[in-house]
Amino acid sequence: MYRYDEFDATFVRERVKQFTGQVERRLAGEITEEQFRPLRLQNGLYLQLHAYMLRIAVPYGTLSSRQMRKLGFIARRFDRGFGHFTTRQNIQFNWPQLDEVPAILEHLAEVEMHAIQTSGNCIRNVTADHYAGVAVDEIEDPRVYAEIIRQWSTLHPEFAFLPRKFKIAVTGASSDRAAVRVHDIGLRMLKNEAGEAGFEVWVGGGLGRTPIVGTPIKSFVPKQHLLSYLEAVLRTYNQLGRRDNLYKARIKILVNATGAAEFGRLVEEEWQSIKDSALTLPAEEIERIRQYFALPDYESLPDWTPEFEASRKANPEFARWVQSNVKPHRAAGYAIVDISLKPEGGAPGDASADQMDIVADLADEYSFGEVRVSHHQNLVLPHVRKQDLFALWQRLSGAKLATANIGFITDIIACPGLDYCNLANARAIPVAQRIGRLFSDQKRLAEIGDLRLNISGCINACGHHHVAHIGILGVDKHGEEFYQVTLGGSSRDDASIGKIVGPSFSTEDIAGAVETIVNTYLAARTAESERFIDTYRRIGIDPFKEALYGNSQARRPAAE
Amino acid sequence: MAILKHGALQPNEWQDLSDDAPLPEGGNVIVSLDRWRRDEATLRISNRQIGVRLQNTQSPLALAEDIDRLSLIVIDFPKFSDGRAFSQARLLRDRLGFTGEIRAVGNVLRDQYLFMTRCGIDAVELPDGVAIDGFLEALGEFSVWYQPAADDRVPAMALRHGSKSDGNGNASAVVNSSVAAMWAY
Amino acid sequence: MSTQMVTANRLTDGMVVYLTEGNDWATQFTAGAVLADKTGAEAAMAEADRAAGQQKIIGPYLIDVLVEGGSVKPTSTRERIRADRKPTITADVGSWTGRIGD
Repeated sequence: MYRYDEFDATFVRERVKQFTGQVERRLAGEITEEQFRPLRLQNGLYLQLHAYMLRIAVPYGTLSSRQMRKLGFIARRFDRGFGHFTTRQNIQFNWPQLDEVPAILEHLAEVEMHAIQTSGNCIRNVTADHYAGVAVDEIEDPRVYAEIIRQWSTLHPEFAFLPRKFKIAVTGASSDRAAVRVHDIGLRMLKNEAGEAGFEVWVGGGLGRTPIVGTPIKSFVPKQHLLSYLEAVLRTYNQLGRRDNLYKARIKILVNATGAAEFGRLVEEEWQSIKDSALTLPAEEIERIRQYFALPDYESLPDWTPEFEASRKANPEFARWVQSNVKPHRAAGYAIVDISLKPEGGAPGDASADQMDIVADLADEYSFGEVRVSHHQNLVLPHVRKQDLFALWQRLSGAKLATANIGFITDIIACPGLDYCNLANARAIPVAQRIGRLFSDQKRLAEIGDLRLNISGCINACGHHHVAHIGILGVDKHGEEFYQVTLGGSSRDDASIGKIVGPSFSTEDIAGAVETIVNTYLAARTAESERFIDTYRRIGIDPFKEALYGNSQARRPAAE
Repeated sequence: MAILKHGALQPNEWQDLSDDAPLPEGGNVIVSLDRWRRDEATLRISNRQIGVRLQNTQSPLALAEDIDRLSLIVIDFPKFSDGRAFSQARLLRDRLGFTGEIRAVGNVLRDQYLFMTRCGIDAVELPDGVAIDGFLEALGEFSVWYQPAADDRVPAMALRHGSKSDGNGNASAVVNSSVAAMWAY
Repeated sequence: MSTQMVTANRLTDGMVVYLTEGNDWATQFTAGAVLADKTGAEAAMAEADRAAGQQKIIGPYLIDVLVEGGSVKPTSTRERIRADRKPTITADVGSWTGRIGD
């Protein structure tokens, strides 16, 4: 993984010093809150419902065990013993004190971390496939380019005061796990006919008030032109994005208003004038960065691992966990392990300081010291020997980190909601907990199969409900919390925005509504292998409408 | 109003002309883009230095043909959060090769000053009485920059591949002499 | 208008606070001054702006409160959660009430 050199280390130290000075000036009253706000936002510090909130960057979701331990330390020393992993692969602490944030940032700098540009109208954390480097369908490790983009975008002097926030995601595999189609810029790596690697560039995707799947405006940007092309897009957006209305300021509005073809043409014109400038990436630089992401020294192992297979046969609970939480790995004899942060009764994506320490230890012992954060609010150990899986599972189980629900209905993405967030209309976490309890039986989970359920507490959609198979949006109706359901969204290669199924449900009824939807699917699917999203796309929304709102009661499946 | 330029406050030696105001006897004048288009011929032969004031919704590319006749371009930050002028400055320097003074007016924070200089802005109009120490301090807050811009600060990538700090090397930024002069203090 | 109260967040630590009769800022909702009319509300907000100018608090605003029997409660769900000074959920991780130490 990337390691800071003297330049990076100096830069972060200087940034901490700068922000420390800004905090001092604020506390002394030399600058007003209005002047301070953009400065603290550009250092990831929000004001939320109960307190400040600090969002720390985890570049493309990659952490070392040392960094994870430091996060645990910060949770204990400066916060209330836990942190929240987010839908952009970052981590949030909910109770930092402004006068202690400089100290927190110093601690972070010690382990090559920071909170730069995790908020504000600037380029945010560049996210990537959480299985980067080790997925079997990978073309090239997207983190090489995510790191290059991260550096280019850090304190970019021209793009620090954009019309609105700007989110970039990169995928380097044939299957997109980074939701590139619903980002401001989504980069899809591919190889051209000559076998050279480059990017298909998607622009103008996004969720929130006006969810929309992006459009590819450039079918192939050779990798050496990646930065110049991005600069052309950003410059066009910075000049032409709306500034009059907060809710119409994202690039998706501009692309839609201009038309994707015309927008692409404007970008192309700008790009042609800068493409051979200092922004061109020399091959040596790409290779230099690539070295940091070299795979660890894997042992030479056979893929068939007898101990592992025996444990699977002997232990059904372990077998179920393997089925849902373990993924195939490029290296023979290895596996990718998903650590679920969605235990029954837990707040999705939260981890205690103790759990962070345990994950750090497990990473050292079983995963070459590396952890990933996925935008599903879970963690990943990317380099685990199959022969270690059983022992690892036992350790994870002991720490409530082995819930066998990855990709299932209780692997819920939920925003912090009205329990934490100033923008929320309704709470999200209690709804997630209720649904988690309803579907807690792990056999039933496996039977239901692949089902993405996401919950957002307001229209800003930080819970990504628009791209969930079952999406839940919390709304305020006459001072009460109600929940609106959407169906049929997806964040993958088949990206789609969910459709509203009908009138919203009360807090008491929402979990039952979800059960009705699941039962409707189970009754209608042609086989256990037909996933929820495929059944939905085959039969449409009407059977679900009927089941939820029709006169007849929810149909029970004919035979289970 | 005083102008922060070359590390110090300087008096404003330019006259801002509204679209209808008559041309004064002598002295340098700043006119709007509209007036420049309308009165360009008259202004050109008037034997004085001309500046154009751009609104931040106007593209600098509109000045492409006349850029050499201008000594000053004024760009605007109506709110400090409105960063369009940064791109205007970049286009003036990088695309149009403008070597005159780019002056920022409007609402700016000292914390934006480094960004402004990196984008090729070399003067800032400040309200009377504002201390400039903060602005000058802000320039020294960083010694590492990650991306090429319209200044001649060498990005980290270039230094990592052995560029010298005078801007040579295959990843160096475009050197702009007036900007370099500004930064020389 | 209904009865109101002024609330804000403390600048240094971000804690939710309420303006008291004595023009102090208390973390307990029950210590907040109930404002019965428009004049009272305007005066309280003026005091809040003063406190903001002294770097005590940020973002002051008025909330509606309900006086019923002997007790005062915020009318909105949001402000009820805020007055509790913690989320409404119970979870195994961490502590809602404060630091848990090194």
